[in-house]
Amino acid sequence: MALRRRDFLTAAFRPRELALACTGAVAWTHAVDEAKAAPFSLRPPHAREEPDLLASCIKCGQCVEACPFDTLHLAKVGDEAAIGVPRFDARQEPCHMCEDVPCAASCPTDALEKNLAIEEAQMGLAVLIDQETCLAFQGLRCEVCYRACPMLGKAIRLEFEPQERTGKHAFFLPVVDSDQCTGCGMCEHACILEEAAIRVLPRDLAKGKLGEHYRFGWKEEARISRDFTAPDRAPEIPEWEDSMERVLEQMDDLTGIEEP
Amino acid sequence: MSWLYAHRYLLARRAVVAGMFVLFWLGANAHLGVLTGNLSSSRVLRTVPLSDPFAVLQILATGRSLAATVLVGALIVLVFYAAVGGRVFCGWVCPVGIVGDGASWIRRRFAIRGQFRVARSARFWILALALPVSAVTGVAAFEWLSPIGIVQRELIQGPGLGLVLTVSALVLVDVFVVREGWCGSLCPLGAFYSLLGRLALVRVAFDPKRCDHCGDCAKVCPEPHVIDFNAMAQKGFIESGDCLNCARCLEVCPRDAYQFSLRSNAGAANDLGEGDPHATQSTA
Repeated sequence: MALRRRDFLTAAFRPRELALACTGAVAWTHAVDEAKAAPFSLRPPHAREEPDLLASCIKCGQCVEACPFDTLHLAKVGDEAAIGVPRFDARQEPCHMCEDVPCAASCPTDALEKNLAIEEAQMGLAVLIDQETCLAFQGLRCEVCYRACPMLGKAIRLEFEPQERTGKHAFFLPVVDSDQCTGCGMCEHACILEEAAIRVLPRDLAKGKLGEHYRFGWKEEARISRDFTAPDRAPEIPEWEDSMERVLEQMDDLTGIEEP
Repeated sequence: MSWLYAHRYLLARRAVVAGMFVLFWLGANAHLGVLTGNLSSSRVLRTVPLSDPFAVLQILATGRSLAATVLVGALIVLVFYAAVGGRVFCGWVCPVGIVGDGASWIRRRFAIRGQFRVARSARFWILALALPVSAVTGVAAFEWLSPIGIVQRELIQGPGLGLVLTVSALVLVDVFVVREGWCGSLCPLGAFYSLLGRLALVRVAFDPKRCDHCGDCAKVCPEPHVIDFNAMAQKGFIESGDCLNCARCLEVCPRDAYQFSLRSNAGAANDLGEGDPHATQSTA
């Protein structure tokens, strides 16, 4: 009955056991891949990229314990999220951006990176997802998300536009700066609508990406110091005969044919 | 009193599991820093790290490097269980062990006979597959499905659907499908600790002169194949790494043939019984 090493190793080369093991391995791989395919969640600050986080998180919950707020939770059965991995729902409880990032400091596996400033965190990106319900876009003075933002005036700023309906007021439109926004979710949590008009999304869902080849002329102009403005005089165009002569000379040099 | 004495190890084991989970729960819910985290990884008094070495191996199999904290924690746990017996984890620490014991009790109480048989070696196959499956899927493969993980997380962080589903599934399987199905045949973590248990210093010693072969020990043992009277008489102790050091045999034996001992002492004790003079000197 007791397992002997030799029995175990010889069994590994018997077709029935081998077939069972392979079937088991395939089924197991499939089950894990299904479990991994859960929709994205907002992760604690300084979490590694999603595939690395899912691999290196040991699901111990020390980050959850270290969080002084009720923000972080380990995903449970039925949460439709990668099981046991920490996440938060900004509408329920956002990240309060503790100066010393205790959640990351407590991580035993470095699935959350340590010793990074909380302002560098990229938990997600706030997106004003519904202009049709956002009060600011109706011409009302709300600005609650703007005030709630811990990076006041930087991650969310207000842009003013003339309000044509009344003809004498302005729209105060909240605009998110993706370089500054940490994805803490204070704005989504504060939004006074029944369902938030501004929401934090995982950055890969929220951000577009330009093709590598794409160039904007005005940005290139700013980047390159050379003066592109048109000169006052017309450029010198070489006379037809001059240039023809030069081309012929070069061809002779190449072919080595002497003119008779 | 005699009932308490007859169940002293059982009660102690339940107290250890309950005590650990009370401390984990207080750590998570009242910020009491005696024990924070869970059985996958934790800190004692917010300093000494402990981690599940099998989980760490799976993470390493995905090709990720790990922080020193978790590696040191795994090393401490490895050394500890290598000393006290690998499957002491199963018998004294794992909450799912209690579920398995409960199912076994129901089986005995209602005399439910085994329906299917799954070889006890299946868990070693599952253990062996865990690492390549982790490498292919890119995540610690057992940790993603582990009922131990689900049960302990929901005990600490607040119960949910997972706890109810997992416990009922384990009980139903163990009672109606396979005897000791999860802990005895399937659990790769138990298999991992079985391998580690082969080195164990603390073992259950057996005195063949006291034994009258009543078989009570084999009836309560969660791994009955470890009770091999010939081998035990020869060695002087239960050698198999599958033994949980749960001490049920020790408690039920009417003639006190079993007792805890160190591996070296247990062997020597029997030599002494056979009248070997050198053994007498070495133990003196």
